[in-house]
This record gives sequence, structure tokens and C-alpha cells, in this order.
Amino acid sequence: MAEIPKEEYIFKCTSACAGCSSTLCLRYVLKAAGPDTVLIVPACCTSVIQGIYPRTAMNIPVYNIAFAAAAACASGMSSAYRAAGKKTNVIVYAGDGGTVDIGLQALSGAFERETDFLYICYDNEAYGNTGMQRSGSTPLGALTTTTPGGKIHKKKDIDGIVAAHSPPYMATACSAYPLDLYKKVQKALSIRGPTFIHILAPCPPGWRFPADKTIEMGKLAVKSGMWILWEREHGRLTVSGPSRAAMKNPAPLESYLKAQGRFRGLDAATADALQQQVQENIRRIRCEVEEPCA
Amino acid sequence: MRMMATGNKAVAEAVRQAKPAVVAAYPITPQTEIVETIASFVSEGSMESQYIPVESEHSAMAACIGASVTGVRTFTATSSHGLLYMHEMLHWAAGARLPVVMANVNRALGPGWNIWAEHTDAFSQRDTGWLQVYVSTVQEAYDATLMAFRIAEHGDVLLPVMVNLDGFSLSHINQPFEKVELGDFIPDMRLPHAIDTANPRGYGPLTGPEEFYRFRWDIERSMRNARAVIEETEREFAERFGRSYGWTEEYRVEDADVVIVAMGTLGKEAEVAVDRLREEGVKAGSIRIRWFRPFAPLDLGGRDAVVIDRDYSFGFGGVLARSIRSTTGTAPYSVIAGLGGQEVTYEDMAGFVRERRPGEELWFGVNSHV
Repeated sequence: MAEIPKEEYIFKCTSACAGCSSTLCLRYVLKAAGPDTVLIVPACCTSVIQGIYPRTAMNIPVYNIAFAAAAACASGMSSAYRAAGKKTNVIVYAGDGGTVDIGLQALSGAFERETDFLYICYDNEAYGNTGMQRSGSTPLGALTTTTPGGKIHKKKDIDGIVAAHSPPYMATACSAYPLDLYKKVQKALSIRGPTFIHILAPCPPGWRFPADKTIEMGKLAVKSGMWILWEREHGRLTVSGPSRAAMKNPAPLESYLKAQGRFRGLDAATADALQQQVQENIRRIRCEVEEPCA
Repeated sequence: MRMMATGNKAVAEAVRQAKPAVVAAYPITPQTEIVETIASFVSEGSMESQYIPVESEHSAMAACIGASVTGVRTFTATSSHGLLYMHEMLHWAAGARLPVVMANVNRALGPGWNIWAEHTDAFSQRDTGWLQVYVSTVQEAYDATLMAFRIAEHGDVLLPVMVNLDGFSLSHINQPFEKVELGDFIPDMRLPHAIDTANPRGYGPLTGPEEFYRFRWDIERSMRNARAVIEETEREFAERFGRSYGWTEEYRVEDADVVIVAMGTLGKEAEVAVDRLREEGVKAGSIRIRWFRPFAPLDLGGRDAVVIDRDYSFGFGGVLARSIRSTTGTAPYSVIAGLGGQEVTYEDMAGFVRERRPGEELWFGVNSHV
């Protein structure tokens, strides 16, 4: 961890929940980006975590924008900086709702126009800021306040959607692997054009697990193959270190599901469907990395 | 330089001269010609702006907001459903005190689909904190667009400005107009709260009840400041370029017993009705309201008023008629006419005046006397 700078761009005493992993991620994102950075934040947990006017917990400018508008706002900001000959990093830091649901059109537009920015989706798999309502990113079977019987639809494949825009760089990350995230942010910001990082951010109150288990939960997600860490550079897929081992010999999915209250009451058929999704995801990735596919 | 152009092309010409750093826009009838013309200026190299071809009007305004907050000049154009799709972002632009300039080509709202002139689109944005001006000729569309940048970016205002022109009856009408040598009429933009990574601040964060009202008052204070800035800008425009407009354009009002009050192209058409009525011995005049926000100061001097609304607030009344009633105390004859491009001739207008019933409302074509 020696190479991660000591400078802090997000101060202590934010209004984040105990054990908040998206705040942890933001800390490393900003360390990787450095001080010449503007963060664009739509409605999400971060729009509260950053602090309440007139105070701020952030040591870089944070521009708050309406829920559906973050990627489009970034297009304007990035164009203005280009016109002015400045290299300021423009980073969208948005939750899963603002990315896979209401913000998807703006995201698609910005990627199609090859906006020079980094779009980060920190995915806690529900509308966390407002008390855990279902989002398009909520996994099958998960209990939320608007899916009290468990979600009957599977998680939207935002990575597939973004990949269809052929950005020069995209990656997944997880709050339990900060060095991996740090390096991916640095790489994304070194590339011109639209880049995308999708971070799994376990949420203690939303997923219903103890606040001191945040890191453990992220590791369980990766080790079980429920979340796979990879990078896609100019279309070429590489599996990241922690997932290479996990894909060979995944931990039982049950260990991940049992540790969370949101999967309580999961019936056998749904658990089986989730297990099949994991196997299919591993197969697809292995197939792409080790072409030709069997 | 004197040239011929449509209202749309004249607006694009003014934008080219104002040199915005960023234009983000989405095409919509009857505004399309504005963004097509700007896109071709950028493409041929006669305009140096960054042109962002966004995927929606919501994103057009969001992109203008993102660019504007870095401290650069921005422009967009829209109409009708596009304006409504932007509605949320109009609040964000005004709330962030960003001097975005937008041309809105006034058009009716569906259903049914209607692409012709009506003011409902812009009137339904009246509480967003945007300044709104309505023009009636190609020359005025050009002049008002130039003035809009200066007014919006003035340090006492820093609010967005919407320049409204009637769909087709002005956007697509060719008229001669005089292009100015702009010089330093629009100073460089200076945004005191522009984003500066050397001085990090939070923009638009969560704001509680103990602070929020201050931001709303700040917008209203600037709206009040805008009155003096509008007058100063128009005065200097007149000195430099020889054309003046004011809050309202009055025609033969001085000795009039009755005035027709309208906006946009109908306000211009009313002047012909006035001439016709005068020939009959009716002492008529007309007042064309130019500024809707801040609302034009008006003194009817006890005259009868026939107010023509190209809009309607359902369950309430014509928006202009009600505004005039509340600001002057006069109970006008409220005529709802021209909706969705409905033809309203000067003869029709003369008829409204001849058969006026102060305090009452006429829906032209429904309970029409003609």
C-alpha cells in the first residue's frame, strides 16, 4: 500500500453510515485522481455524505446535479475544459440507480459522444440513500423495501451495456480491494475518452449485515464469484488478480448469501438461479479470455 | 450590414457573434434551423465553439450547466416538448446562478401533436427563475439574443435568459435585418463562483430549512436587479446601434380609449388592427409586452384593455390577462386566441375591440362573436 498517497480529499466525520464502503471507495478514487479534479454527483448517498451546506467534507470541488443528468453535465464540463486547454479530471461518482436506471440515457449519450471523463458507478444494489428501494441493479431474490418478497427480476447487466459503446477502458472493482481500485482509477484517468469503473460497494444497513463486516462482505462477493474483478482495455478483457483464483475454485455462494439479511428467506429455486448466474458469468468471462471458446 | 434571414437564422447569427465556448443542443421543430445553422458555422470554422450534439433536451441543459459552471459562455435552443423535457434542469441552471442563454421557439404542446405557435411552453416555465423576453420581428430576435448574453452575464444578475420567438410565424419568416458590429458590447464573462480546483467548494449540496430560503431570495433579488440591467443594456444598445425596444412596445396609445395587449407576433399584428379601428373613429392603441420575467411594468391609465392570450391556465384563465389584472387592477376583456397556431387576423382583433366586454372572457372560435 506504500504507493498510495497520504493526502486526504475526503475528511473524517462525513454523514456516511457506519461501515460505508462507497465512502471508502471515494477516498481511494480521489487519492488516485489528485487535487485537479471535479466530482459530479447526482442524487445518491454521496450527495449526503459530502456534507450539508455550508459545510463540506470534500477537499475538491463537488458539483451536485439532478438525478438523470450527471453524464450530460460531465460532457459540458469536459468540453469547457477542453476549450480552455485545461486537463482537469472530470469524474462522475454515481450510485447504481443514477447509472443503470434514471441516468442511463445520459450515460449512453456521453459514451457515444466520446466525452473525455471517468464515470464511476458505486453499486450498493439498491436506492441506499432513501432507505433501500429496488433498483435495476438489485440482484434476483434480494429483499428491499419495494421488493418485500424478494426481487423477481435479475440484476441489469450495465457492464454489457457500457461495453456495447466500446469505451477505450472499463473495469470492475470492489471496496474490499482498494489497491486494485486505486490502480484502475489511475489507469482510467491516463486514457482520453470515456472510461467506466463499476464498483461493488456492500452496504451494511441495506444488505443487513454488521457494520464491521464490510470488507469481509466484499471479499465474499469476489471469492464466491458473485462479483468478478476485470479490466477491458480497447475491448481486450483481463481478469484481475483476486478473481483469477476465485474463478478457478469459487467459494460456495451460500457463504455470501447467508451472511446478509437481504437474502433471508431465499427459496431453493432462486438460490439455484443465482448459482447458475454465477457459473454463467464465470463461463462467459473465461470463454472470452481463453478464446477460442469451448 | 443588411441581410435577409428567418428568425431562426438571425438568432444563430447573433449567437455566432456572441462567441459562446460551448453550445449543447438537440433539434426540435420549429427550432431545428437554429442548431443546424450553428452546427454548420462550427463545421465550416466560422465559429469556434464546442458543439455538443446531445441525446436529449434534458442533457442539453445539463451540458450547458456543466460548461457554464466552469465560467464559460453557453447557449442552447429548444421548443415546446423539448423545453418541457428540460424543465427540471431549468431550475438547476437558475438555482446555480448560471447565465445560460437559450432561444425558445414557442410551440404548442401535445396531445394532439401540434407544431405551431403557442406560448404555453414558455409560460409553464415562468417560475423557474429564468428571465423571459418575447420578440416580434427577425430584427428583434437578433437584437434580443445579443442583449440576452449581456443581461444574463451581468454581475448583478447571473441568471439564465430565454429569448422567445413564435414558431413559424417568426422562426420561418424571412425579413430584412441589420447586423451590427458587436465590438465590446458583450464583455468577457466573469463568473464569481466558477469552479476552481485550487479553491474547492461544494456546489448545490444538501441544504436545510435554516439556509434554503436564502438561495431563493438570492434569485428574487437578482430578478429585481435585472430591471435596471435590462434598461441599461437596452439604452446602450440604442446608443451604439440605434434600435430600442423597452419593456413594452406601444403603438398609438397616447390618446387611446382602448388598448390591445398581446405578445410576440400577435402583438405586432395588433398594430394593423389599431390602424383599422382608427379609420372607423375608434381611439385604439396597442401594447406589446416584451418582458414576461421580470414582468414588464405597465400603466394602462384607466383605459379599457383587450388582452389576447396565446395560452391558457386551465381552471383559472388567460395567463397574460390575469397578470395584467393583478398588476394594474384593470379588469380586461380576456381573449383566448391563436392556440396551436390558430389564425388570428387584424380584422379579428378589431372585432374583439369593437365588441369588448370588460371583465369577461372570450374563447375565439368557441363562444366567438365572429
